[in-house]
This record gives sequence, structure tokens and C-alpha cells, in this order.
Amino acid sequence: MMNRRWRALFVASIMLLSASCTRKPGPTSALKPTGFGAAVAESSGGKQVGATGMVLAQPMVVQVNDDQGTAVAGALVEFSGPAGVSFDPPSGLTDSSGQLSTNVALGGMAGRYQLTARTTTKAQKAADVKIEEIALGYQEQVGFQLDNKYCARCHDPESTAERVSNYDNLEVKPHPFTEGDTLNKMTDADLTAIIGHGGAALNKSALMPPYGYTLSKTEIEALIAYIRLISDPPYHASGTVYAQR
Amino acid sequence: MKNALSSLWRTLFGHPVRAFGAVSLLLLISLAIAPAKNHFSEWRHYQKQYLALIQSRGDAVTLQRHFHEHDGIQQIWLPQLGVVDRCTTCHVGLKEASLADVSTQPFRRHPVIPHTLDQFGCVMCHRGQGPATTVEEAHSSTLAWEQPILPARYVQSSCGQCHRAPLTGTPQLNLGRTLLGRYGCVHCHTIKLPDGSTIQPTDDPPSLEHIADKTTREWIYAWLKDPQAYAVTATMPNFKLSDPDARDVSAFLIADSTPLAGDTESDLKNQKAPDPTAGASLYGESFCSSCHAVQNAAGNVVGGDVGPELTRVGNKVKPEWLRAWLRHPRVYDSGTAMPHFRFTDPQLTLLTSFLGNKTDSDLLANVHLDAATPEQIAHGKLLVTEYGCASCHEINSIKKPDNFAPELTRIGSKPLTQVIFLPGMTHAIPDYIAAKIRQPRSFGAALKMPQFSLAPAQVDALTTALLALTDRAHDLPMALTLPAKTPSNYQPAGKAGRLMDDMACFTCHTINGRGGDLAPDLSWEGSSVQRQWLQAFLKNPGTLRPALIRRMPRFNLSDDDAKELTDYIMTAYQTPEFDRDSMPASGYPPARVEQGKQLFYSKYACQSCHIVDTKADKGYIGPTLTQVGSRLNAVWIYHWLKDPQAMRSGTIEPNRNMSDEDARALTAFLMTQKGPGKQEAKK
Repeated sequence: MMNRRWRALFVASIMLLSASCTRKPGPTSALKPTGFGAAVAESSGGKQVGATGMVLAQPMVVQVNDDQGTAVAGALVEFSGPAGVSFDPPSGLTDSSGQLSTNVALGGMAGRYQLTARTTTKAQKAADVKIEEIALGYQEQVGFQLDNKYCARCHDPESTAERVSNYDNLEVKPHPFTEGDTLNKMTDADLTAIIGHGGAALNKSALMPPYGYTLSKTEIEALIAYIRLISDPPYHASGTVYAQR
Repeated sequence: MKNALSSLWRTLFGHPVRAFGAVSLLLLISLAIAPAKNHFSEWRHYQKQYLALIQSRGDAVTLQRHFHEHDGIQQIWLPQLGVVDRCTTCHVGLKEASLADVSTQPFRRHPVIPHTLDQFGCVMCHRGQGPATTVEEAHSSTLAWEQPILPARYVQSSCGQCHRAPLTGTPQLNLGRTLLGRYGCVHCHTIKLPDGSTIQPTDDPPSLEHIADKTTREWIYAWLKDPQAYAVTATMPNFKLSDPDARDVSAFLIADSTPLAGDTESDLKNQKAPDPTAGASLYGESFCSSCHAVQNAAGNVVGGDVGPELTRVGNKVKPEWLRAWLRHPRVYDSGTAMPHFRFTDPQLTLLTSFLGNKTDSDLLANVHLDAATPEQIAHGKLLVTEYGCASCHEINSIKKPDNFAPELTRIGSKPLTQVIFLPGMTHAIPDYIAAKIRQPRSFGAALKMPQFSLAPAQVDALTTALLALTDRAHDLPMALTLPAKTPSNYQPAGKAGRLMDDMACFTCHTINGRGGDLAPDLSWEGSSVQRQWLQAFLKNPGTLRPALIRRMPRFNLSDDDAKELTDYIMTAYQTPEFDRDSMPASGYPPARVEQGKQLFYSKYACQSCHIVDTKADKGYIGPTLTQVGSRLNAVWIYHWLKDPQAMRSGTIEPNRNMSDEDARALTAFLMTQKGPGKQEAKK
């Protein structure tokens, strides 16, 4: 009799415990697709450079196509990404032109984010597309601002309304900062030397002026952190690597 | 009775000896709860996980040593800042530079920022509960502690608690603070800053006292219904007025308007429509696009944002008002940012007709308003009063209301108990503020706050700026804060001062701390340039930077006015650092000039950014220097070369740490660049 009481108490406490531990059920997509495509493709909004935790300037737009390559309306698209990334909306149905647009806020860690847009085909299979975005941390953000102010006038071939590029006028072409094939081969010390002492310091173009008396050490480090982050192909530090034992 | 009790005792607890044993056992177990809780605590679990993570790494020994120097519960205590943070108990790897590749929380290295953990702790920036030692209590809002962790997207707001001036690394916060003024939030919501000042609006909403002279009731109706349909860049919010309400408000505004002498004029001489291409060229030559934008066929808005967008301006303004406005904008609005261009009559005809043709036939097509009745006008007045229109606009018969909307001085620390959340909303202040900005009327259809037209990034920026207005920001000792620049109310004196107001110099130029940032700071212009050049430039501004799109317009100044202004600038705007005339304008020895030329082209490679020889040089970044010897003072050039940022802070010309001798030689060379023709004569 007492055993039963103990058992009852035990069961009750387990139930209480488990009740307090139950998680809320995950949000289930209430959207019913009215169309099915064969593939999903990026339409715009990929390869943006944003800031950690913040909404990207342009929305990410994807398009669902059928196997003929024609846009499909009413297809369900779900967005996903690494921890910390949020989408507004996280899923939805494509509009009459087969497209769905979402505002992306990247996670709290600086770096590259690979995001996925997924649609379900008629055969209930998943078709997806990977879209890459870059999040700048505080340091890279400072580097980005410095690039905009000092470097981009020559290193960025594109002109804007406020800033006309001088790239085309230079005989020895400066390397755009995304040019990973060249810049990834240079060490941080090389970059520091070129920024601080000018192109002549490493037998590069003498038209690159020295900024060592204009920028602080911290600012040059920030600039290099930014250059490393936006590099394409991605940069992997070749310094001391603490590999797995 | 006793038997009954004892049988009940036995039924419940069994034999007394057994019961004693059971109770003792229970006591022992309960005594073990506290140590067990400690042993199985969350933070120990994370510390064990951390040790497991680092033991397979190459630098395990170093990391383990760092860890064992301070294991157990960690605490950062900063009495002056009111910080007691135990976050580092679980976030063990924050200071380990070698953990850069670890992305699992709570073991990530902290990103590089200009502050250290030991100086500032964690909750200063991230909020949350510092003394808590469980994830739930530290990060989320609980019954006892309502301050949850700040989402990463608003983290820049924390910088704004101490840093009151814009920072390079916080573009979102800077933008948000600008938008509070630009979108006129602070017309209705008072925001007092910790230094005692109040955020001032920067949007300059037009006065409606003489609105009937400027535009029609139909346009006002269409504008009220949807401001962004008229101009996509309009900062005026949508009050979601019903058709009858918009009808009544427009009726009231027109009825309330009084005529103003001289704010309209008709063009009696030219009945014939002038050449449209000539109008477009005059619009271009006057650099109207430096301040005004126009939406092109592709839908892109091109041009500046100082003045209103002009895509459909022909639908809005009456031609007779526009002509008078273009002739002398200060008649209608004494404080306008628009310069007085001193256009001639034929030019006025050209521009009035060119701008008048910028229309959209759809905009007013469906607006048909019958003559207003007195009841409608009275109802309109009621609506204008209720919606607080006079908070932004001057209206003849309605006074500007005080504190029309809730004060936002400490909105970042608003207690959650005072907030009414929407169903399904996260109960946190950031979510509340963002939702309020995004869709104010979702909190109740009867609310007065209008719908603003903001991009998601702008909503986040505004939320960030508002979240910086915390109790902590207000209560920090002044010694620990970095103050914003105090706004200057500098006003030049006399006739020149009136001329400068007339030409709205401060719209683009900053002088002695007051003014815009579209054009160079002129505080030391008198030390920088030569008198002759300045006078000629004011008469007819030439191009200094050929690649620049925004340029100084021509104000058609009379000789007397140009001289008056030149005299004033040359006298009043001088640096105390040196005497303008301490180096000669010409007569440098040829050897030094030649040495300067060598330095220019080889050692310093100035041709990367500047042009001296228009045929060979291709530097389109800095100003063209072909006539710098007629433009600048020698001693200015010398000091500029030595330290450009000291002469004009923020200039992008790099400091070259130049020796005195090099700077003298370069100055000599540059002073021989007197402009086309003159240079030949020198040789």
C-alpha cells in the first residue's frame, strides 16, 4: 500500500517535472502552396555586405521556376540560415511573378553567412538555393567606413553620386578589395606596410600614398580585418593555426 | 478516539520507527539538495563543456591555464558604473584570441571592440541581468528581472549611452539619431538629452499660413491621402484620413490661409511657352539637383535631399507662386534653406515653365471637391487640432501644442509594467518601440500617431537611437560621457551677414561650427585663398573638382555684393595659426621650383589625385591644381602640406610627414601654377 503511495508520488513528480520542461511546439507553416516549381533561384539581394545582427539594406528575393524555367506563382518558399539569422517573413508563397522577397537580419558573429531558400516540388522533394551574405563586426565596420572615405576612390572601379572612381585613370590598376586571388597571398604585415608606407614600400605602384601618418594603428588593423572578410575567394589566416590534435 | 488517531497515523506513516527512518532519510536528502544543485548547476555544465572543447586544441595547455586561474563563478564588479556581471562564468572564452574559429556559444571569443571587459563589463552594452548565474535569468525577462538581453541588431544603442557625438563604428546609431530630426519625430515627442539640451528637428516643415497662395485644395487633399504618392522621398507621414476627413482638412487649410503680399507674380510678358531644353539646361547649370531630387523613368530617385523632391512639382505649386518663389524665396519663407539665385526675368520664365511641366496626370485625376461648407471647415479645424498638425506646421488660427505626444527622454528604460503589448509580441522594450514605429495604429485604430514610410533598416536605426535613451545614460556621471559637439548659433554680422543668409551659404558650408556638410568648411577661408580669385569665384564659380557632381551654383551676384562678401571672408575667416601674407605669391628661385616639381611627381606622387599638367596627369580625386598659384596663399599651401587635417579636419589628403624643406619646395612649385596662359608667360 505504501509502495503504491510512493509510486503515485513519484509518478506525480515526474509528470510535474516533465510538464514544466515541455517546450512550445515549433511554428508550423500554415501556408498551403497553390503552385509547385522544380527549382528556386536567387533573383537579387545576394552577396550583400551588412552588419552583425542588422537588417541587410536590400531584401533577398528568390524566384521559383518550373522545369521549363517559367516562373511559378503560389509556390511555398522557406528560408533558413545559421543560428542568429532571422527572416521577415521566414516563409511565404511566391507572387504572380514567381518571386518572394524577405528581409534578412544576419547573426551576431562577423563573417560569411550561407542562407538557404527552399521550395517543395510536386513530388514532395526539396529544391533549394544557397545565397551568401557577409556580416561586418564592429572592427570590420570601422574598416568599411575607412575604405569608403580613403581607399574606394581608387580601389573600387564603381562610381557613386558622391564619389567618382579614379580607377580607370590609373595605369597600374589598384586591386579591388574583394580580389582574394591576389590579396589573400599577402600577409597582414605586407598589407600594414603598404597602407602605412605606401605602394613603394613593397615595390608596388608609387601612386599609392602612405597613410601611416593619417590613420592610427587601430584603424589600419580595422581596414585589414575588413579586407580579409570581404575577400573572394574567402581568406584563411595562414599564421599560427591551432589545429585539432 | 486515540485509537482512531493512531490508526490514521499508521495508515499515513506506518510504524513510528519506520517513520523516523523515513523522515531522517528525507532530511538527509534535503540537506544534499543544495550541494547537488551546485554540482549540477548550469554554469558548471558549461565550464565542463568548455574544458572538453579546448582539450583537443593545439594550445590546450595555455587555454587550460587561463581557465584554471579563475574557475568557479566569475564576477566583474565596477561600482562606478553599477556593474556586477557574472556573465564570464559561462562565457569563458571571451578573451581568448585563439578561439576566433569557435562559433558555438557561450564559448566564442568577443569580437574586437575598443573597450575591454574589465573596464566596462557586459551589461553596459548587452543589457540582461549581470548577477544571474543561469541562462534563463541572465538573458530573458523574468518576473523579478525585466531587463532581457539586447538583440544584436540594436547593440549600437549601448554606445550611444556614453557617446553623444557620432562614432565611425556605429553607423546605425548615427543614422537613427539623424532620422529623429529628419522625420520630425521630435516635433511631437520631446527628447531631452542628458546634457540638458533637447533634440531639434531638422526637417523644416513648411508654414501653412499662406498655403492657398502656393497650392490648390485638390493637391492638399491628394497629399493628405498619400504623401508618398506625390513624392516617394516625402518625410510627411500618412495620417490615414478618410475621404471626408481629408476633404474637411483641406477645406480648413485653404480657408485659414491668408494672402501674403509679393508671394505670387504672373508672367505677363511671355505668354508663349519657352524652349523646354533651355529650361532643363538652366536647371542643370544652377545645380538644382545638388539639393533637389527627381525620380527618373527607371524609378530611381536622383539628386540631393536638402530640398523637396520635384518629380511632380507641377501638380503642386501654382505657376505664379513658383515664379515669385524662384525670384526671391525669402519673401514666402524667411528661414528657407533655398538660396536667392537672382535669376533674370527670362530665366524665371524658363525655370517656371520647366518645373511646371513636371506633372503626373494620374495624381489629381480622381480628386473632385465641391465648394467647402462652413461645417466642413469647422470639422477640418477640429481634425487639425486633434491630429496636432500645428506641432510641425505653422497654422494661422491654431497654436503649436506643447508636449503633444509622450516624452521619450527615458524611453529605453521604460518599465514593462507601463507598456501595453500586442498579443503575440515579445514582452521587451526593443520590440515595443520597433512595432510602434513600424505600425503605430496597430496598437489601436483611434491612436493619433501617423504611419511613417520607413525602410526596415530605418526602423531599426530609429529603435537603436531611442534605446540609447536609458536611465543609465541619464544617470552616468558627466565625467564618464563623451559629449556631443555643442551646436553653434554663429551669425555673421552686417551687410555680408545678410548676403550670406540671402544666399543660404550655411545650407552647404559650415562656418565656425554652424552649417551643412555638402561643401568645404569656410572657417579659415580668408587665410586659404587669394582675394582676387575669391571675388571672381563668387561672381562665377568655376570647377575645382571636375569629377564632382554637386557643385557651387552661380548666384548672379553684383560686383558690389561680390566685393562686400570677399572683404568679409578675407577679414573674418582667418586662422590664428599664421599670417596669410608671410610667404610671397611669386618670385621663387627656379632651382627650388624644379626641386618641388621633382618631389611632386616622384617622391610624393601627387599626380595620383591631382592634376597640374592637364595632358599628362589623371588625378581626378583632389582639386585640379593648374591654377592653384592664383587661387591659394603660399603659406596656406605650406601648412596644408605639413598637416592637412590640422587645416581642415576630416580631409582625405594623407599626412605625408613632410620635412620643412620638401614642403617649401613643393609650395614654390605649386605657386608657379598660375593657370592657363599665365604659366607660359612665366617661362
